[in-house]
Amino acid sequence: MLEETRIVLRNVDEIDPVSIEDYRARGGYEALKKALSMTRDEALSEIDKSALRGRGGAGFPIGKKLSVTKAVDADQKYIICNADEGEPGTNKDRVVLSGDPNSVFEGMAIAAYIAGAAKGFVYLRFEYPYIFPILEQALENARKAGCLGGNIFGSGFDFDISVVSGGGAYVCGEETALIASIEGKRGEPQFKPPYPGVKGLFGKPTVVNNVETLANLPQIIQNGGEWFANIGVPNCTGTKVFTLCGNVARPGVAEYPMGTNLKDIFEAHGGVKDGKDLQGFMLGGQSGNLINPDQMDLPMDIDTCRARDAILGTGTIMVMDDYCEILDIVENIMSFFIHESCGKCTPCREGNIRMHEIIHNINAGDGKLEDLDTLEELAEVMQITSLCALGQNSSYPVITSLHNFRDDYLKAIERGQRA
Amino acid sequence: MRTNLEANWAVTPETEQKIVDTAGRYQTEPWQLMHILLDIQKIANNSFPREVAVIVSRETGLSEASLYSFISYYAMFSPSERGRYVVRMCESAPCHVRGSKAVMEAISKTLALQPGETSGDGRFTLEYCQCLGLCVNSPAVMVNEAVYKDLTPGRAATLMEDYMRGDYDA
Ligand SMILES: Cc1cc2nc3c(=O)[nH]c(=O)nc-3n(C[C@H](O)[C@H](O)[C@H](O)COP(=O)(O)O)c2cc1C
Ligand code: SF4
Ligand code: FES
Repeated sequence: MLEETRIVLRNVDEIDPVSIEDYRARGGYEALKKALSMTRDEALSEIDKSALRGRGGAGFPIGKKLSVTKAVDADQKYIICNADEGEPGTNKDRVVLSGDPNSVFEGMAIAAYIAGAAKGFVYLRFEYPYIFPILEQALENARKAGCLGGNIFGSGFDFDISVVSGGGAYVCGEETALIASIEGKRGEPQFKPPYPGVKGLFGKPTVVNNVETLANLPQIIQNGGEWFANIGVPNCTGTKVFTLCGNVARPGVAEYPMGTNLKDIFEAHGGVKDGKDLQGFMLGGQSGNLINPDQMDLPMDIDTCRARDAILGTGTIMVMDDYCEILDIVENIMSFFIHESCGKCTPCREGNIRMHEIIHNINAGDGKLEDLDTLEELAEVMQITSLCALGQNSSYPVITSLHNFRDDYLKAIERGQRA
Repeated sequence: MRTNLEANWAVTPETEQKIVDTAGRYQTEPWQLMHILLDIQKIANNSFPREVAVIVSRETGLSEASLYSFISYYAMFSPSERGRYVVRMCESAPCHVRGSKAVMEAISKTLALQPGETSGDGRFTLEYCQCLGLCVNSPAVMVNEAVYKDLTPGRAATLMEDYMRGDYDA
């Protein structure tokens, strides 16, 4: 049976999340101490060796981001922890933040030391208000113990963190929208460049990373980049924290090495709930892919998924049993994107509405075969011309379901034409 | 939706002071604007009426127009009055495949409200919302800041009855 490999989740359920003593008893803040005894370049080189890639969806190497911001000369720089976790089907950041907040704070402090920042923010989504007091208390305890705040461990390095709130907008998980939101503006994505690493929050160089990405940093510094690079697969190192949800027998958040086979993960979680038959999976969140059971023999890492027309994304694995109606699900997903599109650019604002309408009509028995071509054309335009990844990716569930569950579409169209 | 609820809540000297104190945090920590406005909305019975915006504008130096530009963008603000309890039922796909629709029907029937409506006594507003990040315990619902997980239609109806009876009133 597949066992978990816990790096990010190593302390979750093992410690009192707000206790600095508990965290330190398990080696907490030793990595920060170690980093502070190294030069910034030495610490960065361990991160580079680890080859850690961002866990928020895009998979960009964090070492590269840190080196860009490190190289910029500025009187102030910021580290932002992206805890907006709005991707439906994703619970991992909630579990990490509420179960072991210090691992994220320590990761932020290490990133700050390398990049040359003195201030950090955790952007916590509105839907997690109950995590606020945990973070505030954990921060307070860490400051009192001298692990955060001024002159940390007598090194002369200052770093403190504030927790800020989201307002219930999915698009604010996009880094430039998130920055605008903290600045007290409407959270609309901005054109890049300039990239936040050069010109971000309040115009200052800013490193934005996902909760899970940051929580890996202490272990990388502590055990070395090479140790980390030996976990997972060559191009995609370390572990991934997956969220198993939907019609799965044992839902939950679990951590496995990158490249672990979907089939094995699915089996480790007991297969389909109530012994029903498997119809397929939604992978990577709602801006992810729908795949059928024939595609289940799939190593779960960023590049293999991409090569097989699937998406690792945030690590969502939603199981669908044979009672699910694929078109209902796709219609549901598209109404999400209509709701969450910020409306700044036309292909996304209008495209999601059109796609939803077409799918709704097919589902209601008013579809034509040509509609399927229209969906493909629309998707292409949206993918190429949308400003941010919301509009670039929102058609994935439509297109992949069209490819992997084509019969469902054809049957719905046929049903309509017979009626 | 503006209803006859407007009479239910009005600024008193006491609530005005609370709003002024909360808005004061903006001067030292401008990055907390969202949190500050959300706290103020809580003081103002889950809504952000004009009377409140006037006070916030005066205290922060932000124009009313820019305040409304901000709050109208974020789903969690409501310029019109809402109930004491805002019931938000998740409708995203992971909850959908685990029966959220039937749960919503049970809630809707128990509260005698359709999504988007507020009860005449000003106690409940029913809304659909997107993923609450509780998909490993789907279906899930939030009532103000409390979360309820692994719901069935029966459990959801009982929960609403408890709220209606006043079990959660402070
Ligand atoms: C619509 C949209 C929503 C996003 N939501 C999140 C989110 O909730 N959390 C997150 O870490 N990244 C999210 N991202 C990705 C961020 O823009 C950014 O790439 C990420 O925070 C970088 O961190 P990483 O490199 O550690 O993954 C989102 C992107 C888009 C386009
Ligand atoms: S792609 Fe969509 S969400 Fe992104 S900026 Fe354009 S309209 Fe807004
Ligand atoms: S889909 Fe309902 S909590 Fe995530």
